[in-house]
Amino acid sequence: MRRVRVIPVLLLLNNGLVKTKKFKKPVYIGDPINAVKIFNEKEVDEIVLLDISATKEKRNPDFTKIQEIGSEAFMPFSYGGGIKNLDEIKTILNAGAEKVILNTEAYNNPKLITEAANLYGNQSVVVSIDVRKSAFGKYNVFINSGKKKIKTKLIDYLKQMENAGAGEVFITNIGHEGTFAGYDLELIQLVSENLNIPVIANGGARNIDDFHKAISIGASAVAAGSRFVYSTNTNGILINYPDQIELIKNFYQKLD
Amino acid sequence: MLTIINYKAGNFHSIQNMLKKIGIKSIISDKIEDIENADRLIFPGVGSFDYGMQQLEKSGLISVLNNKVLVEKIPVLGICLGAQLLGNKSEEGEMNGLGWINMDIVKFKKEKMPDNYKIPNMGWNEISIKKESSLFTKMPQNPRFYFVHSFYMQANEKSDILATAEYGYEFVAAVEKDNIFGVQFHPEKSHKYGMKLLENFTHI
Repeated sequence: MRRVRVIPVLLLLNNGLVKTKKFKKPVYIGDPINAVKIFNEKEVDEIVLLDISATKEKRNPDFTKIQEIGSEAFMPFSYGGGIKNLDEIKTILNAGAEKVILNTEAYNNPKLITEAANLYGNQSVVVSIDVRKSAFGKYNVFINSGKKKIKTKLIDYLKQMENAGAGEVFITNIGHEGTFAGYDLELIQLVSENLNIPVIANGGARNIDDFHKAISIGASAVAAGSRFVYSTNTNGILINYPDQIELIKNFYQKLD
Repeated sequence: MLTIINYKAGNFHSIQNMLKKIGIKSIISDKIEDIENADRLIFPGVGSFDYGMQQLEKSGLISVLNNKVLVEKIPVLGICLGAQLLGNKSEEGEMNGLGWINMDIVKFKKEKMPDNYKIPNMGWNEISIKKESSLFTKMPQNPRFYFVHSFYMQANEKSDILATAEYGYEFVAAVEKDNIFGVQFHPEKSHKYGMKLLENFTHI
């Protein structure tokens, strides 16, 4: 039986855990350490932690927070947000993170990907790419938490990131994020077809069926935020994660 | 005393972290005396094979390690690259490994896998335990572990194979020979399964 990673995405803002919708309107969810402890108990596959205001506020990653989370995470976790140089990457990996996630800096300074990959291996460097679909159906890449459009075409950008040494690409359609509308499958297929490295689908997942669709069109792993912090029945805050029986029966066994 | 060998090629903090969680004291050290005083050793490792061997040679610890493991026969647990370095050689590099276990390290064969399998194998795999071992005593049901690797251990002696897993095809996930253990996966990132394994190791 093939297993694929099902990854909760935790967004950090001002020391709290928040959830956004289309990268806007952050809603306070709770304490991030507490959430990590709950995800530990639920034996999640992996966690992605994104500090969504570090780049905007031009500040360094909060190493104390990362360390604190690292000491509670008995599963792999990756950190992204505000990373600018190799020293910061080293500190984050030493705090117990498996991987760092680069987004704005991957565009500004792709050499950082190469340097980090050479030192710690490609598998330690994830490049996060945020995309919006234009009214004409064209995909545009955005940096700075979706605020700045770049000129590079999506396909060219993917190749550039892969060639620089990225180990994985974390792809999000901003318009789907937090909406429960399902992944942008067209985008995920396009990205997967144009890369040899694993693709993590993110943005919009509502249920296991969405996970299955993303994998069947080429993603290697699936990520979601709202799905794991809200109750799908009441929309109230509820840290949740499917158990093994459900994952095996409704997901893994349906994969080829 | 449990010593985690720090030869500057490993993510040892998460190992110590998990040991702390289960109430086991350990030290991270690159000092000869801390290895001489150890009653068991954990040998972590992340990176390429030659890089690992070079760092190990630079550390000047190989002869004391050989003595502790091969003569005194204290339990040693290699993790990920640390497990691979226990072998003879690797397709990833030119250098010789420690040669404590008769195995060669080989790359995943893409042609033997379905198209949608990518290398590295990054994620969780259930393991299949191939022989009785104190490392897997009282393991919770259906143990699964987190793997990140492009190369795996190919044991030349079948009796050294402790567990296998599947990624496109079956490969060796753990080896055991006398006091020497090697696991390809990361117990320190594998929830209760990893905790149990590390706890078991401290009781061997």
